Amino acid sequence: MQDEPRADEILTRVANFLKGPATRESGPHISFQLRVAANAVEICQRQLTLAPKAEAEELARLRALLLADGDLPTLNRELAMRIRAGELTLETPGLADHLWATTLAKLAVDQPNYSGYRAALAERGGQ
Amino acid sequence: MERERAMASDGAAPSRTPGEIVAERLAVVAQQHFPGSRGVAKVTRLTAGATQEIWRFDLLQADGDQPLILRRTPGGAVVERTATSTSIGLETEAEILRLVFAAGAPVPEVRHVLTPDDGLGQGFIMTFVAGETLGGRIVRDPRFAEVRPRLARQCGEILARIHATPTENAPPLKHAGAAELIEQLQSSYQATDWPRPVFELAFRWLGAHMPPPPTRPRLVHGDFRNGNLIFDETGVVAVLDWELAHIGDPMADLGWICTNPWRFGVVDKPVGGFGQREELWNGYEAAGGDPVNRAHALFWEVFGSLRWGVMCAGMIPAFRAGDSVERGVIARRASENEVDLMRLLAGKGAD
Repeated sequence: MQDEPRADEILTRVANFLKGPATRESGPHISFQLRVAANAVEICQRQLTLAPKAEAEELARLRALLLADGDLPTLNRELAMRIRAGELTLETPGLADHLWATTLAKLAVDQPNYSGYRAALAERGGQ
Repeated sequence: MERERAMASDGAAPSRTPGEIVAERLAVVAQQHFPGSRGVAKVTRLTAGATQEIWRFDLLQADGDQPLILRRTPGGAVVERTATSTSIGLETEAEILRLVFAAGAPVPEVRHVLTPDDGLGQGFIMTFVAGETLGGRIVRDPRFAEVRPRLARQCGEILARIHATPTENAPPLKHAGAAELIEQLQSSYQATDWPRPVFELAFRWLGAHMPPPPTRPRLVHGDFRNGNLIFDETGVVAVLDWELAHIGDPMADLGWICTNPWRFGVVDKPVGGFGQREELWNGYEAAGGDPVNRAHALFWEVFGSLRWGVMCAGMIPAFRAGDSVERGVIARRASENEVDLMRLLAGKGAD
């Protein structure tokens, strides 16, 4: 499940920046903020194209792993609680695979150029 | 993270810029506290952060001008520290710098600690150390190609000297061992009220792999990493940013510099993107540091990844309260630390 802040919050903030400071001011500070804004828009763009499928798969895995029904936020919270309680560990069949798949899907949206993500993809043979 | 109340002190002087005010007051400081000086010139603000401002200026002297740095509270504010402050405050930082300088570690020399009469807020003046701090340049620029293979060992030697600093005369610093630090991190994470199964796994792992308290608690820098070090062609010339200094487990510093964000993309060189762990540990032990237990070093590396991840995730309230896009993007980088943690805990093992 893609983390907060939500894409709509990010896009609202970008739009306010583009309508406000970006039209009034210039200089290195604004150039930097513009690059950050472009990066933010790209995160949202990838989320729109990639997250629906990834999150549907995540939900299916969670239902199988937890033997429970519910939406993604509910089951994700449940998973977190069961790991905290020690009921699920890396030895639990399916948990490591689920966390790897979920984490890589998140990174594909958030920061696909992150060095740790690239290294993980290489180590895991492009799964 | 910070709960400080601030009162502006640069005063009502609408016709003058902050630079003019700082220059004028620095000139008085020079006259009163730097015998033989003829004033100041080239007063320039380098950064304006949320917790401090950094200014550079030249102290004019008959035998040659000397570049100096002023670190002070933003706008010359008077900051009241509270029990929940995680950073130590600039006066304490100045005292620590003096102790570490005396112990022979490379740090800027403190030249003057501001007093209320100086009218510049809280802070201190230190020598300017020339060099490069940008981590990406340290790991890639050809300028550092020759010295790069020696940097990890050198960092180990410097950490041994920092950790050997006598603390009997140190200002009161927080004592924070592994258990306290995990607890602090846990409460920051839980305050985000957002489930992160990978972070939960890391907390479980840390709880199960907690090292025993160190034989002797040491002065710990708390943020010793590529990005907080000044380098030149001879290697590390200064260690900066002491605001997270505390008394605790020295291995914390050896783990933190290995966490992936400080490798600046050079994943296969765990120490700051420029060297191997063994080089860091060998340098540390050769310079008198306690023997490095590899399992404990790994504990602190995992702790470091989780710490950075929780810090990123903790940006969300500030994002929602302000108008910055950047904070939102930083919050979305928490997932980077999740992939790092998965590689450490459920991958092929450490690089």
